[in-house]
Amino acid sequence: MTAREKSWKEISPAGVCWKPSTEFLTGDWKTYKPVRDLEKCTRCLFCVLFCPDGAIHWRPEKGDIEFDFNFCKGCGICANECPTKAIEMKLE
Amino acid sequence: MKSVIKQEVLALNGDEAVAYAAKQSDVDIVAAYPITPQTIIVEKFSEYVANGEVETEFVCTESEHSAMTACLAAATTGARAFTATASAGLALMHEMLFVTSGCRAPVVMAVANRALSAPINIHGDHSDTMAERDSGWIQIYAENAQEVYDSVVQAFRIAENPEVLLPVMVCLDGFTLSHTLENVNVLPDTVVEKFVGTRQLPQVLTHEGKTASFKLDPENPMTVGSIALQNYYFEFKRQQEEAMRNALNVIKQVHDEYAQVSDRSYGDALVESYCVDDAEIAIICLGSTAGTVKTVVDKLRAEDVKAGLLRIRTFRPLPVKEIIKALGTVKALAVMDRAISFGGNGGPVYHEVRHVLYSADKHPYVVNYIYGLGGRDTSPEQIRKIYEDLQRILQTQHVKTPIQYVGLRE
Repeated sequence: MTAREKSWKEISPAGVCWKPSTEFLTGDWKTYKPVRDLEKCTRCLFCVLFCPDGAIHWRPEKGDIEFDFNFCKGCGICANECPTKAIEMKLE
Repeated sequence: MKSVIKQEVLALNGDEAVAYAAKQSDVDIVAAYPITPQTIIVEKFSEYVANGEVETEFVCTESEHSAMTACLAAATTGARAFTATASAGLALMHEMLFVTSGCRAPVVMAVANRALSAPINIHGDHSDTMAERDSGWIQIYAENAQEVYDSVVQAFRIAENPEVLLPVMVCLDGFTLSHTLENVNVLPDTVVEKFVGTRQLPQVLTHEGKTASFKLDPENPMTVGSIALQNYYFEFKRQQEEAMRNALNVIKQVHDEYAQVSDRSYGDALVESYCVDDAEIAIICLGSTAGTVKTVVDKLRAEDVKAGLLRIRTFRPLPVKEIIKALGTVKALAVMDRAISFGGNGGPVYHEVRHVLYSADKHPYVVNYIYGLGGRDTSPEQIRKIYEDLQRILQTQHVKTPIQYVGLRE
């Protein structure tokens, strides 16, 4: 909450969002953080597909994936689905 | 300027009057579920659809909760949505009533007032709508089938006004109005269509930083009814309260404009004063009971008794100033409640009228009469007895029993 919060006279009605949800960072909700073993990871992208928050991105220029910790809530689904058990959930 | 529009007189009961008004109001969607005593509305409207008399999308839902959800969803796309219910059906909608008003979806709904179970009862009282008075809906209570028709037409204009954008309930007493045949003057289709017009959509700021018409539209994506926690929920609720305040004027404006077209009016649209200007004793009530009270007032006036009636037509938003102003000369006031607030020290109308009078210069004696629960009939004799009670209060300057029950076996 860096910007000044708006008054009721300034906001759109009915909960209409005046900024995109990507501006609401939710990464600080997590207790456990996914940590990847680069040796075990085959870049199969299962984690990218399964992440319910779209917080794991495929970076073709790097030929690798990237966790977006601004939105990762630490649910552990990636670790659970990883076929090579390359992701471990560690207490932050 | 008075109307020169020729109006047809139809024999309609209250439910049919609702359906006829909705038919003329260019409604895009009706999603409804039948329940006594509202059933005729849904039956009649589905006939219009089957006969090709309307182009409305008619959705037979599996419950009232779904009916309200469908209306809400349609309304957020900019469509004009209408539904009707009663009693348990309204209670089942409870959750979605708040979502609809919170999403500022201008749905119009007729409620054929009926008692709530248990014991099960299909007849008229105000338990159902009074239980929803805090749901963020505008509530208009009609006195007769003519007013039902007129109020439904007006309701679309009120609900859709960008300064209001709130859903509206038009309440008609179950059976007394819903199933009783009356002569109803109806305006020509073209006149109603012109009066109601097309839905106006205010401009809102979206997450893309664009200003767009307030509706769900793939061309201008927006989120309606998003999550708002400790930081913004309160602000959205404050907006709804402001919309209710705005509605006071809009209800009057729409009513007055309609009066020009139809040559019919109901007090100032918020309250209707009947012989109350110089009254010393008065009754306040809602809905069809006002007709009985007016008959009694006429008789008492012929006997030189300064009796009057104030009918609250618009219960939400509550017309505070109008109530205080109308009761200026009244020294003893009976508030009639066709609902009970268990353990609440009287009925809901009594609570609110007493609350309003606290800020008045003069404070009349105020007593509460709970009546007509489960459709029990209320006779002119019983109304007369209430006025006699008020006279006795003025003579003795003493209220013996502030909360009484009309027509109850003791």
